[in-house]
Amino acid sequence: MSTETMLKRTPLFETYKKHGAKVIDFGGWELPVQFSSILEEHEAVRIRAGLFDVSHMGEVLVEGKDAESYINYLVTNDVTKLSINQAQYTAMCYQNGGTVDDLLVYKLSNEKYLLVINAANIDKDFAWMKQHVKGEVTLKNISNETAQLAIQGPKAERILQKLTETNLSEIGSFKFAQHVNVSGITDVLVSRTGYTGENGFELYLAADQAEALWEKLIEAGTEDGLKPCGLGARDTLRLEARLALYGQELLSDISPLEAGIGFAVKTNKESDFIGKEALLRQKEEGLKRKLVGIEVTGRGIPRHGYKVISESGEEIGVVTSGTQSPTLKKSIGLALISAEYAQVDTQLKVEIRNKQIEAVVIKTPFYKMS
Amino acid sequence: MTNATASLLYSKEHEWVLQLDGNRVRIGISHFAQKQLGDIVFVETPEVDDEVTVEESMGTIESVKAVSEIYAPVSGTVICVNEDLNDSPETINEQPYDAGWLVEVELSNPEELKSLLNENEYQEYIEGGE
Repeated sequence: MSTETMLKRTPLFETYKKHGAKVIDFGGWELPVQFSSILEEHEAVRIRAGLFDVSHMGEVLVEGKDAESYINYLVTNDVTKLSINQAQYTAMCYQNGGTVDDLLVYKLSNEKYLLVINAANIDKDFAWMKQHVKGEVTLKNISNETAQLAIQGPKAERILQKLTETNLSEIGSFKFAQHVNVSGITDVLVSRTGYTGENGFELYLAADQAEALWEKLIEAGTEDGLKPCGLGARDTLRLEARLALYGQELLSDISPLEAGIGFAVKTNKESDFIGKEALLRQKEEGLKRKLVGIEVTGRGIPRHGYKVISESGEEIGVVTSGTQSPTLKKSIGLALISAEYAQVDTQLKVEIRNKQIEAVVIKTPFYKMS
Repeated sequence: MTNATASLLYSKEHEWVLQLDGNRVRIGISHFAQKQLGDIVFVETPEVDDEVTVEESMGTIESVKAVSEIYAPVSGTVICVNEDLNDSPETINEQPYDAGWLVEVELSNPEELKSLLNENEYQEYIEGGE
């Protein structure tokens, strides 16, 4: 069997071809890296709107009398704070505080939750969830039957509103509506969430309806400059907004505290949770490593895995993500470094092809929507 | 493709070589290569007087997403560098055969030109590779 036949595809694969996508192997998935140009797509999302197929993401349904307490034991954030139709960003940790995955928890009803996990982690996460089942819950991996489209950017709401009678302005940030009718597709979960640093929506629906919804959104969005976008732009957009990517900022040996998503870690919540002790200890003892934003001020672009060096020549950490920022036109990155160098304005160096290039710690997010 | 490309020679690593006068050549990357790379945001070429060796790296081109080596299609001494690319690397996307050239080299072994592909051979090579 050739490797090509083993790559997984989303229900929209044939549609990409029609829209001229350049498709690459992305962690075992055959996904579009770009449709026209990463820079054009990035800009479209920042000033108009972009449409992404993110159906490779995983979805797990958790149902049962003990769903809430079970999930609260599994994740670092406090699920008991959620109202029905509200979503929460959280992490799932190992006992030692390292990260299994970062995810969104959607509270569908008092006894029913949807967990949205990273594509590359679906099997690992689902096994982990099953292994730690507590009480009366059933788990169902619905990743294959579920598609997800993301429409993001200042014009996203206006475009989506053309296709539905549900009043989108009533859906607040990290809130969602279920069973929405979008242009005749009757059962869409419409969530005001995203991974770009812009206003917008993520739409969950049955896989066999994804193509129809994609085409309808493209059609409705044309006059507002909606562009189909690939994962290349998704990555530069999320990086400018300092949103973590599992496999880079988050890993089994990086805790959510170190990765700077401590806002999603509630060590003082009532229930116990996996990793609590280790994370509490990290908090008490102080973090040894921190994720910081850097700007390379010399000539070069920081990339995943490049070494970070102190002014005195000591190796102090590593670049987790980096790019030439399309919005800021600067060379930026995130780096996990010794906490003592994490102060804004600290001068550093990044080793780029055996040369030490000047860099400085800067404030994040690099980009914040106005 | 412009008519001018008819006189170019190509390496299998997608660099083009234009013979100027004497043993002097100009080097750039092909339209196919720039398209594969996508939006180019950074270029690092060798400096004047640097020696480059055929099939060895002589610099780096970075697109938004990826870092790629530039392999020297010939050996020789760098005599001129396209400094304009430092501020506008996107010129390589826009005009890969004209304003987007990379360096000029004085050949140390002109015989190497014989192992490069001509326009037709290169077109066949990239069509076969797709």
